[in-house]
Amino acid sequence: MRVVQLNSRSPEQTQLLGKHLGELAQVGDIFLLIGHLGSGKTCLTQGIAWGLGIEEYAFSPSFVIVREHYGRLPLYHIDFYRLDRIEEIMDLGLDEYLYGDGVCVIEWADKGIALLPRENLTIRLSYISDTERSIRLQPRGKRYSELLKALSLSLGAEKI
Amino acid sequence: MKILGIETSCDETAAAIVEDGTSILSNIVASQINIHSRYGGIVPEVASRQHLITALPVVESAITEAGVTWRDIAAVAVTIGPGLAGSLLVGVNLAKAIALAHSLPLVAVNHLEGHIYANWLTGAKPVFPCLCLIVSGGHSDLVLMAGHGEFSKLGRTRDDAAGEAFDKASRILGLGYPGGPAIEKAATRGSPSFSLPRAWLKGSDDFSFSGLKTALLHLVRGDDFTDPALVAEAAASFQQVVVDVLTTKTIQAAERLGVRQILLSGGVAANKALRDCFSRRSPVPVLIPPPKLCTDNAAMIAACGYFHYRSGKIDGCDIDVIPSLSLG
Repeated sequence: MRVVQLNSRSPEQTQLLGKHLGELAQVGDIFLLIGHLGSGKTCLTQGIAWGLGIEEYAFSPSFVIVREHYGRLPLYHIDFYRLDRIEEIMDLGLDEYLYGDGVCVIEWADKGIALLPRENLTIRLSYISDTERSIRLQPRGKRYSELLKALSLSLGAEKI
Repeated sequence: MKILGIETSCDETAAAIVEDGTSILSNIVASQINIHSRYGGIVPEVASRQHLITALPVVESAITEAGVTWRDIAAVAVTIGPGLAGSLLVGVNLAKAIALAHSLPLVAVNHLEGHIYANWLTGAKPVFPCLCLIVSGGHSDLVLMAGHGEFSKLGRTRDDAAGEAFDKASRILGLGYPGGPAIEKAATRGSPSFSLPRAWLKGSDDFSFSGLKTALLHLVRGDDFTDPALVAEAAASFQQVVVDVLTTKTIQAAERLGVRQILLSGGVAANKALRDCFSRRSPVPVLIPPPKLCTDNAAMIAACGYFHYRSGKIDGCDIDVIPSLSLG
């Protein structure tokens, strides 16, 4: 499975896509989120959190850079929004999250792409209209090709 | 009874001595804001390194300024969360070292609970039950307080915290960091003429500011926003929406629950428009600490620590940081 491209017509649909992803996620999974302010990154992450059995809303980690949530697996919700230099990201000590015991979702991952694992699921979100967003999922590595295949099957039933 | 408070959960390194949970003898805050404004925010590793450098001098200043000696201190209260793990560790380890060196009991304090206790440091006497709105860069929490240490969470932000929304709006409008004071200043030069969305989330006490941020972004994209007059109008419009939503939802909850007071706290409670709006619209008395006690400080941690200590909630040297700690 190479790439899945879909359009979400509401925040709820974006959350639902995230929920499917969260349900399929395994220890060590890395999801890179790329898209401008307001493109739905936190919204998608909320769904991933629910899919991992986390009941609360995964609210934005922009201020603190990392928020930890605990469900079926830990979710490490990371956000590079405020970081502009690669040295700042190097200094974060992210390895314990990236190679840890949970699932990492990284918003604004494009700011630190060179420091992140090459094998990942890259998710690009973009604004189409007030309610509509384009979401493109690209797997890098065997694990993520399989994940995307499983995602397509489970989405088929939901008709996003 | 004098308590030493230590706070390093985010960007301030702070220490304070408070007597009987109400009277500030010293309140030292070494702000890292100059370091962070370069980055446009908090950078954890920078934060923890700076905490390491400033923590001990800040504690020594707190002791000296209060005119006390270690023998006068009854306990050490320290923030264990929520916050950045690396930053919290500096304060917690320092508190443990002091507790061991001077044979003092330790009291672990939740940073959010600490914010609420800033209201005990103003000379006013809060009455229970009260409704607490904690609004800062990392949090927007609405909590019912039935008594000391008795909290139930009613709502919180689902996406961006109020202070974070101010920061992002400030960046969108090119007004700099920290965003709260920047937006507030710009807003005084304009009228709230733009229509921006208010997320009421009816039936829930939660907040949401993400849609407002997105709407502001598209407003700015669609017009010539190099004109300072337009920027001022956008800042005023943005601020009005945040203030209106926070005030309206908090007052609705206060009326529904029949609380006797509303207690504001957190960095955003330093915003004058928010303070004025609450004072004007609330049917019950509203307590708001002065701006210096709204932003992160250690006096509030010492005050909270006093009430824990008084009720026998004393901790040992096995306390650990809890970065994801919540309240209620």
